[in-house]
Amino acid sequence: MKVAYWPGCVSRGFTPELHGSMAAVAPLLDIELVELDRACCSGAGVIAEHSQELADTLNARTFALAQAVQGADLMMNICSTCQGAHGESQERLDANTEYRDHVNGTLAAEGLSYEKGLTNKNFLWLLVEEIGLENLKKKVKRPLTNLKVGPFYGCYIVRPTDRLGIDDEHPRDAYLHWVIEALGGTVIDYAGIHKCCGFPIVTMNKQASLKQAGTHLADAQDAEADCLVVPCPLCHLNLDLQQPVAKKAVGRDDLAMPVLHLPQLVGLALGLEPKQLGMNKHVVKPTSVIDWSAAVVGAPVPA
Amino acid sequence: MAEYTLKLRRYDPQSGEAPYYEEYRVDLEPHRSVLEAILMVKNEQDGSVGIRCSCRAAICGSCGVRINGRPGLACHTHLDKAANTGVNSDGTTILVEPMGNMPVIKDLIVDMDAVHWKKIQRVTPWLINKEPVPEREYIVPHENMVDVTQSMACIQCGACVSDCLSMEVDPLFVGPAASAKAYRFVGDPRDAEQFERLKDLAEDPHGIFDCTHCFTCIDACPKGVAPMSQIMRLRRITTNDHHIVDRNNGERHERAFTSLIRGYGLLHEAELLPRSYGGDSWFGKFHPAAGQELLSSLPVVVKGLMRGKMSPKLALLGHRIPSRDLKAVQAIFETVESKDRRYELNLYITGYEDGDEDVGVPAAVAAGDDGMPSAPGPDPHQPTSASESESA
Repeated sequence: MKVAYWPGCVSRGFTPELHGSMAAVAPLLDIELVELDRACCSGAGVIAEHSQELADTLNARTFALAQAVQGADLMMNICSTCQGAHGESQERLDANTEYRDHVNGTLAAEGLSYEKGLTNKNFLWLLVEEIGLENLKKKVKRPLTNLKVGPFYGCYIVRPTDRLGIDDEHPRDAYLHWVIEALGGTVIDYAGIHKCCGFPIVTMNKQASLKQAGTHLADAQDAEADCLVVPCPLCHLNLDLQQPVAKKAVGRDDLAMPVLHLPQLVGLALGLEPKQLGMNKHVVKPTSVIDWSAAVVGAPVPA
Repeated sequence: MAEYTLKLRRYDPQSGEAPYYEEYRVDLEPHRSVLEAILMVKNEQDGSVGIRCSCRAAICGSCGVRINGRPGLACHTHLDKAANTGVNSDGTTILVEPMGNMPVIKDLIVDMDAVHWKKIQRVTPWLINKEPVPEREYIVPHENMVDVTQSMACIQCGACVSDCLSMEVDPLFVGPAASAKAYRFVGDPRDAEQFERLKDLAEDPHGIFDCTHCFTCIDACPKGVAPMSQIMRLRRITTNDHHIVDRNNGERHERAFTSLIRGYGLLHEAELLPRSYGGDSWFGKFHPAAGQELLSSLPVVVKGLMRGKMSPKLALLGHRIPSRDLKAVQAIFETVESKDRRYELNLYITGYEDGDEDVGVPAAVAAGDDGMPSAPGPDPHQPTSASESESA
């Protein structure tokens, strides 16, 4: 399937392994990525905090660019924060014709216009709803046997439930659990699964922010997780890049918790090597913490 | 009728014993409420169960609890819905626990005075009259009162306080309910102390900039108050209308973020941190506050560079979108930021076009609105925060 693909800023900035691993995994899942390289930052909620109309207009421009991609089935995000910021803008734009016309009036200068009803899915949602777990299972070459994975959803793709379309038919707040199991891994239940990584307040209240990250890492480690998996690069920054300081904030020098991006976890199971997935770029290197001899990479790839 | 297992968290701090869980079987129709099940247990099986309740109609806000891990009103949650809530739900077991972030008095009863009401008191929850007080009533424009109805819908149940993720790590955080209450008066044109209220909440290290934007309170609220949205509005008026530069980097962070997107189209991460501490220009990083922060972050930065997370070039120069597109993005900034009235759409008030017959028009909610002459507003002669700073 062909998707209008928005990688976001951070996946091409401070977590380049996310964008890289998505590009490596896409062909194995028969996803054709058409990168929206003309689009701008989603605002991450901060521009909306400054001016709702500004955030909505910038995002309407991104949506219009996505709708202009010939033959694309939908738009796809790999950053939860972008997904949430996009969802908030789209909810307002789709709810009210007058407001949408007003925003489109600003876009007209560039000859663009957003048409109500864009389908914009996070990679996680796309895996479950478009590719399908049965199909995904068939593609697994190296099941994540014995790998104990703690899901960490991040806020923006689980709340608010109404806006994100989470209901009995689409329990999107359980999808990460399902994907881990479909890839052959074991889901670790711990307190932080649906909590906040703390990143948004790292410049405003650093201690509180690091305490959030540190607490989740400690909870996961105490529940004997081998690693966490996140669908959001900002969570990754607080949980991995900041882990050396986060563990100090909660007084847990023993913490060493590898944090994988979702496409990396999928890539491993589909037979790619850790290095191809940029896992050497992590601060807590998964390759040096996880005992791979018993799981995943140590296991032979069936022909 | 259906059979449910009610699993209650029991705890009596005065007993000296640790909390434990106790299971009770109840036969009730699926559409009956969790509160009815608890009261049935209390009346027929175990009179010692502690629960606070009154109206049983989601209006008094007494029976806030956690149901299968989610905060809500026991009287406002159907048994079938409750039994299917949560990733680990099995369709018949309903776990009921006291609300979080507040000390337990007994079983499902928490001490609201110790946390929730203290925080409400902290935001001066009453109107401070503008002088002179009119002889008869104040005349307030309709759209201004409509604007604050969302925060007025709060029934003080504490569900949002229970699961606030910032409060979990920082118990002093003013929190969602009190912030929504603060907006009730900040948004009221009759109030005389909008600036003072905002300055107070912005400068408090546990004030409005301590909210981590996790949406938990929005989901928790049984009345659609959306406390987090009210916090964002408090921040917007603080930074854009009053230009309050707080010591928590709230204003600087918002300004730096916005102007970096204007300058690059994409986020220049390496510039955001120093500018949030040192001020919104390329020289921000040389400010003592930024220097201190950069120094303390140095081990993290060095590790990131060593791992090849970021190239030195990216760290120094950032990344940007093609120049033609950057011009288009900057034109959008220009158009929107040059307006002297904010154009906001609050779906709580206007509703949705689909499936909702009564659709209002978007309200231009702005300080400086006609009919709101004495409220401080964006001065048209004063450039807004983002337009003030051209990109580095």
